[in-house]
Amino acid sequence: MSIGHTLLGLLESGPRHGYDLKRAFDEKFGHDRPLHYGQVYSTMSRLLKHGLVEVDGIEAGGGPERKRYAITEAGITDVGRWLATPEKPEPYLQSTLYTKVVLALLTHRDAGDILDTQRSEHLRSMRILTDRKRKGDLADQLICDHALFHLEADLRWLELTAARLDKLREAVTR
Amino acid sequence: MTIPAGSLLTAQDLRKAYGPTTALDGAEFSIHPGEVVAVMGPSGSGKSTLLHCLAGIVMPDSGSITYNGREVTAMSDAERSALRRSEFGFVFQFGQLVPELTCVENVALPLRLSGSSRKEAERTALAWMERLEVDELRKKRPGEVSGGQGQRVAVARALVTNPRVVFADEPTGALDSFNGERVMELLTDAARSANTAVVLVTHEARVAAYSDREIVVRDGRSRDMERVV
Ligand SMILES: Nc1ncnc2c1ncn2[C@@H]1O[C@H](COP(=O)(O)OP(=O)(O)OP(=O)(O)O)[C@@H](O)[C@H]1O
Ligand SMILES: [Mg+2]
Repeated sequence: MSIGHTLLGLLESGPRHGYDLKRAFDEKFGHDRPLHYGQVYSTMSRLLKHGLVEVDGIEAGGGPERKRYAITEAGITDVGRWLATPEKPEPYLQSTLYTKVVLALLTHRDAGDILDTQRSEHLRSMRILTDRKRKGDLADQLICDHALFHLEADLRWLELTAARLDKLREAVTR
Repeated sequence: MTIPAGSLLTAQDLRKAYGPTTALDGAEFSIHPGEVVAVMGPSGSGKSTLLHCLAGIVMPDSGSITYNGREVTAMSDAERSALRRSEFGFVFQFGQLVPELTCVENVALPLRLSGSSRKEAERTALAWMERLEVDELRKKRPGEVSGGQGQRVAVARALVTNPRVVFADEPTGALDSFNGERVMELLTDAARSANTAVVLVTHEARVAAYSDREIVVRDGRSRDMERVV
């Protein structure tokens, strides 16, 4: 999962301090793996270097956690591009996809679009496997079926999420 | 939307309401001969309504449907049912075979309705049943065959008139995944070899994977995923 894009997305609703960003990330996405402060600052300095965020103020007292960051236009464009690009169908994609959906809801983008684009990407892989299966021998069929069932599981999760977007929006923007 | 060149069936800006419920809200569609297009989207989003409009079963409140250069919404009821009989085939989720007739009589029925002799119609029907691997069931009635077998008989019936478009609404919905895929394989093979277009409504990804591309219907609006990416 791209921590950089996620932190950027969290900045879209307004400037935040480093510690505040970490807290927001942990609360929304880091249930099993909270961020280290070190990760936050290394990520933010990379984003600063690329002009995707800017320093919006520094609180008295110093330390890096006292810096307040704001997203730039280039940063907003970058988040938009990341959200619109489907993930390569592979295991454990749901955590990235979940993050994208939540960020889209938080930033008032169309989360349904993200899911449609991802479905399309999955179906593209599934068509290739289905075609191989049709032309192949029994061994090919079994191998392709295994991959197809995994991709299908992702899509079932995706359809359920799509059906519950309104509820999810309420939950994350509360 | 610009209509893609070479389309066989297209729809533009279809709107349909049932009382206060908006079923279609500006849906679009297009399909080429020989193409298999999956129609996906959440329950209640308007997929079946779109299919029924495209097939001339339901009239939209507004919008345009063109089949082979002819405006379907301008046809009379009689013209539309003639169109359905001669050019279209249908497969639905259940209950489409006539229980009193044998399987071969069911498959032959569309040919009989367009005036073929019994012998002629049943010979053609049997050839399709062989292709769908259900010719051994010819003498049985629909109540005496399994769900998967019955669905293959229904596919044979949909294809027996050599339709230019087959409309399939959840054709595998009542089948397990093995039988569902077998039906899809046979349906799409048969359709491809006869250059028949297939409009396939499904919520199952494994079934949709037999299509060439998909459109997604949400809140009565369609989205052509091919043209987005
Ligand atoms: N004959 C009808 N009378 C009244 N309302 C209808 C009728 N047919 C459909 N609707 C309504 O129009 C909307 C679209 O229905 P439609 O059957 O097209 O959905 P669908 O996408 O096929 O759903 P599903 O996946 O559950 O089959 C729904 O809100 C449905 O309740
Ligand atoms: Mg339906």
